[in-house]
Formats: sequence, structure tokens, C-alpha cells
Amino acid sequence: MSDTSTNSRYAPGTHPDLPPPRRTTGVLGWVQMNLLSSPLNVALTLLSIWLLWAILPPSIHWLFTGAVWTAVDRKECWALMDTPRDGACWAFIRGSFELFVYGWYPEPERWRVNLTFILFIAAIVGGLRENIPGKRCWLIFAAAYPFIAAWLLLGGFGLEPVGTNKLGGILLTLVVAVTGISFSLPLGIALALGRRSNLPALRAVCVIFIEFIRGVPLITLLFVASTMLTYFLPPGSTFDLLMRVLIMVTLFASAYIAEVVRGGLQGLSSGQYEAADALGLSYWKAHRLVILPQALKISIPGIVNTFIGSYKDSTLVLIIGMMDILGLGRARLNDPDWLGLAPELYIFIALFFFISCFAMSRYSLNLEKKLQTGHKS
Amino acid sequence: MTQPAQSTSNPLLQLWRNQESRGVIIQIATMVVIFALLAAIARNVVINLEAVGKDFSFAFLLWPAAYDIGFSPFLEYTNQSTHLRAAVVGLLNTLLIAFWGCILATMVGFVLGIMRLSSNWLVSKLSYAFVEFMRNVPILIHILAIYAMVVTLLPPAKKALNVGADAFFLSNRGFYVPSPVFEEGATIVGVVLLISIALVYFFKRWARRQQDDTGKIYPVLWVSLGILVALPGIAFIATGMPLSWDVPVLKGFNFKGGMAIKPEFLALWLALSLYTACFIAEIVRAGILAVSHGQTEAAFALGLRPNRTLQLIIIPQALRVIVPPLCSQYLNLTKNSSLAIAIGYMDITATLGGISLMQTGKEMETMLIVMGIYLVISLLISSFMNWFNHRIKLTER
Repeated sequence: MSDTSTNSRYAPGTHPDLPPPRRTTGVLGWVQMNLLSSPLNVALTLLSIWLLWAILPPSIHWLFTGAVWTAVDRKECWALMDTPRDGACWAFIRGSFELFVYGWYPEPERWRVNLTFILFIAAIVGGLRENIPGKRCWLIFAAAYPFIAAWLLLGGFGLEPVGTNKLGGILLTLVVAVTGISFSLPLGIALALGRRSNLPALRAVCVIFIEFIRGVPLITLLFVASTMLTYFLPPGSTFDLLMRVLIMVTLFASAYIAEVVRGGLQGLSSGQYEAADALGLSYWKAHRLVILPQALKISIPGIVNTFIGSYKDSTLVLIIGMMDILGLGRARLNDPDWLGLAPELYIFIALFFFISCFAMSRYSLNLEKKLQTGHKS
Repeated sequence: MTQPAQSTSNPLLQLWRNQESRGVIIQIATMVVIFALLAAIARNVVINLEAVGKDFSFAFLLWPAAYDIGFSPFLEYTNQSTHLRAAVVGLLNTLLIAFWGCILATMVGFVLGIMRLSSNWLVSKLSYAFVEFMRNVPILIHILAIYAMVVTLLPPAKKALNVGADAFFLSNRGFYVPSPVFEEGATIVGVVLLISIALVYFFKRWARRQQDDTGKIYPVLWVSLGILVALPGIAFIATGMPLSWDVPVLKGFNFKGGMAIKPEFLALWLALSLYTACFIAEIVRAGILAVSHGQTEAAFALGLRPNRTLQLIIIPQALRVIVPPLCSQYLNLTKNSSLAIAIGYMDITATLGGISLMQTGKEMETMLIVMGIYLVISLLISSFMNWFNHRIKLTER
């Protein structure tokens, strides 16, 4: 009925042309679609442009064009600018760069730190690249890396011993973070398996441990490490502060890893467990060959997030007086030559953390895509 | 599980090969190891404490604390007060920052999350850039940087920025706002407010039942707002407006009167909220994306208007995904508030776990209390989460 009534208004072929659809390709089309599609969007676009206009040019001037890159102290920095404090005084960062990277590591031994950094990159690349010849050797090397690094940095066995109090700056940050990350993964997996075990005593121990660690802030655990832990040890035994901190950071990260891995284990369908049982695999074989490869794959994003978290948390050691990059930088702010250069310092450190954390999260996204084999639950 | 073909003469080996008995053996071994470890620690603690001449008691809580706390909005505190009082002041400060932090973080987080989903490319990218920058930089750097900014960039009290109405001043001593002064009759207004909240609650239940029975929809929102505004308003006028404002006034080098929001609080509040907001933004975004488009289409097909669709279909389903991780972000915010110690905001970690610990040398006792308090807060938040999860759980039929 309705068909005939609408058609009857126009004779065949006399219907006027409809306006062309909105352009969706090309630069103009893109602008129309993404920036100006409705009055509200126009307003939002204008607001955003105004915001960028207010923030970007002054920031770029302060950070780059107006900045001073070489000077001996802050007075010279100000003298080199049109008006003092008009730009950043990056000379401060450049002047303290060696200190920020190596801490107080003795000058003639710094090749060991450099070698540690190079091996670190090698271990990461070799451990993570898929198609690299001799993958097995690379993996063994990556697993052994923390021990090699410990030997290189602290000495002994033929190398000049260096006290842990000489570590500082980026070196200390990386030591805390890499130790926390590499030892918390196996411990976390063990805790997750313990929590899902059907032995009640084992399960209770794991649950108590995980929930306790997750319930308190890291800073209280660091206080325990710095003030209380010596009481727990046999009388007369001394225990290095860095060592105590590393243990606490590892325990802290492992509780979070355990929860992530538990999520992965729960995400597997029970059919996988049953299939492994049906094949007659023992508990360990079933987990090594069937369960863990799949569970760990599901939990990669969570694991990397935990790693990023524990990397960022490594800055907390400053509160118990250790000189990581942040602590060292703040100590450097009290230098009369460079008084009051907090913005430069915080921007530098923020950038350092941003680059490394952002790279990690991008990598995890990549890996997630690559490992996505299609069967989403 | 016993295999007669393999049964050896060794009964211990047989016991090990039986799954059940092996489980018992492993558990007994674990418990023995754990208790041995605990016993060794306890023994070491006793010996070590004796060696340095300390005892284990909580009596120190009643000693005078002898240090000042600059920020104690709820409790009277002087340096003659006890350590216990200092701890309570610290706990209240922790709860205060956690409360306001959660509120601001939720608001900013929802805005950022929705901006991220905007069809406007520029808005979505701006939100993306902000979120990625904030969450990839440690919270401690945010706290220290914002604190440095507040202290160095804001003018001293004498040249305080007049933010509005000659009553709000921003200076490096803090943010000065008028404080309410309640006069006689204010309690009546308060009681009326409580009564109207109760009325709204019952009206909502009644309207819901009416809708279930008859299908008639009442304008619940407008009626509730009316009740909430009108009744206390009438009571307020009837009792002769029992409320005045104590406005901060510059006297000498500092402000008198009003309420001061300290720079430490301000910096910590902003840093914690913005940092957590970025995680909340991602949660909100994921939650909204998790509601499949078919739900919207189905609602439209039923003839629901867009705002009813949002209210009845999208938000309830998105909340089911959003709330559990949101709660754990609140928990993280509360735990991160312990970083207050870095800028001298006196929370429980800074008072009891910081200065009291140093002054009394009671590491064990103070840390036990501090950790216990954080554990209790965690347990409370996570039990709320469990309760909520249970309430909104999808009822599958």
C-alpha cells in the first residue's frame, strides 16, 4: 500500500537527485568525518586546538629553542638566556649525566658497567627475538644474565670487588628492576600453582602470602627491609641493605605475578586439564607441556603490566635513602651550583621512565597480537 | 593408583607413589618447613631484641609523641599528645586523601575514558597522549614534581592569587577557602536533609513497584531532586539561615580564618588522582567497548529512546565490567597514598611508621600496626567488591 502511495508522487524517472553522500575519503573527507561531523564535534575540535595552542609553543620554546645546553653552573645558564628561567638549563643534566648513569661506581671499573648494559641489551634481544639462530643458547644466556651481571657489578672471582653502596643512579634503578622482574616470574608461577593446588595446607600458605603482600603498600615492606629484617636473621649476621631491598621487591612483585598467572590458569577451559589427564601425563608434565604454555600466553599482558609496575616501583627505594636515579637527582638539586632546577630534573627522569615503560607496553601489545591464535574463549 | 607390577619391597617408595599419601607427605613437609622457619625467626627476634635491650610491647603508644603534625583537620593534636593520637591523626589523614582521591580520580577517569572513545580524532588522541604519559611515569615522580610546582610556582601568601570572590586564595602555603560556621538550628536542617533522603529512597521503591505492577513510569529523578532541594531549603529558611562563612583574610604574612588546604595535601591529591584516573580511563573505555553493539540495536528495536537505552541497557552492563577493576584501582590509590611520606604529608606511614618509629625505636610494633591497618583497609574494600560482584552477577537461566 505505502509503496504505491509514495511512488505515485513522482512519475518514473522524474525523482530529483538526492544530495551526494558525505565525502569520506581524502584529506577533506577525513577532516569532515573525524573533526567536524557535528556542531558538538566542531566545538570540541576548536577547544582542543586552543588547548594545544596554549600549551605547545611555550613548552617547545622552554624545552628546546630557549634552552641552554652547555654551561658550568646555573648562573651561566641564566646569563645565556634573554630573561633568566625563560628556557630549560639542560647543562645541569649534561653535567651530572655520568653521575646519573653510574652512581659512585669507581672510575677505572666503569667498563664493567658498560659491559653489563651491553649484555643486558643482548639478553633482551636474544631472549625475545623469535627467529634467531641458536634460540636455546640465547634463552639460557638470558636466564643466566642476572647472575653474570651480579658478578660483573659486584666483582669477586678475579674482578676487583665493588661495594653495593657504590651503586647508584640509573644503574641502581636497573639493578632493582631487573632483579625484581627476573626472580619474581618463577616465584610467581610457583605461588599461582600453589594457590590452585588441591593440597589444602599448601594452598593456605600461598593464599596467606599473596593476600598479605598485596594488601600492604610496598613502602611498608621496604621499611621492614631497612629496619626490621636484621632482627629476623641469626644474631651477628649482617646482610647488605641492597640485598634486603631486592628480596622485598622480588617478593612484592611475585605476589602480583601470581595473581596474573592464576587468572591465566583459570582462563583455560577445564577440557585442557582433562585432556592432559586423559593422556596420562603427570602433574608436572601436564603443566609443562599443556597448561602453562597456554596459561602464560593468556597472561602475557598482565605479566608485562606487572613488570612495568615493578619497574616504576623501583623509585620507591629513595624513601629508605637509597640513591636510585630519582634519589640521586634530588640529592643533586641541593648542589649550590644547580640550586632550584627541579623542573629539568623531573622532566629528564620522567622521560627516561616514559620511554622504557612505553616501549615495554608496546612490545606486549605486539606480542599479544602475534600470539593470538584465533580461538578466543 | 598402586601398581602391583611395580611394587617393590620398599614401603616408603610405595607410599610416595600413591597420589593421596604423597599429597599428605608434601603438605606435612611444607608445614614443617614453614613452622621451622617461623620458629627460627621468632627465636632470632627474641635473641636480637635482648641483645639491643629492647622489649616487645605496645606501651610506647601512650608516651608523648613530642613532634608536630602540621595537618590535623579532625582531631586536636599538640606535640604533647601520645603516639596513639598521632597514629589516629595519621590514619584519618590517610582516609581523607584516599576518599577525595577516589572521587576526583573517578571523575577525571570517566571523562578521559569517554574522551578516548570520542569520534573526534583530536579529542581522542589528546586523551590518549595524556593517559599514556601519566601512567608510564612512576607515581612518586608525579608527586614530587607537582609538589615542587605548587611550592615554587605559586606566589607567597602576601601576593596570593585571588581565585574568586575575595574568598578563595591560592598561595604556596596552601589553598585558602571559606569554612562553614554552623549556628543554632543547623542540626534541624541536617535532620530534615536526612528525612528527605529517606523519603526519596521510599519514593523510588514505591515508583519501581508501581511500574512493575501497572507499567506506569513516574518521573523519579525530578521528584527526588525536588524533595532533596525543597525540604531542606524550606527548613533552612524557616530556621533563619543558620549558616555563615568564615572567610580567610590576609593578616601580616599569612591568612587568618577560613580553611587551608595544605600544599602537601593539594600536591598528593592531584598526583594520586590524575595517575589513578589514567588507569580508570582505560577501564571505563574497555567496559563501554565490552557492551556489544547488538545491545544498542536491540534496545532501539524495542523502541527505547537513546537516553533510556544508555540508562537501562548500556550503563548497567558496562558497570558490571567496570566496577571490579575500579575497586582495585581505589585500593591501589589508598596504598599509593603511603608515598605521602616523600613530601611530608602526615599520613599513617609518615606518623606511626616514620617519626614514631624513629623516636621510639619500636620497629616491630609500629610496622605491625601500620601493615595491619593497610591490610584491614584492603580487606574492607575487597569484601565490598565481592559483595557488589555478587549483587550484579549475571543471573543465568
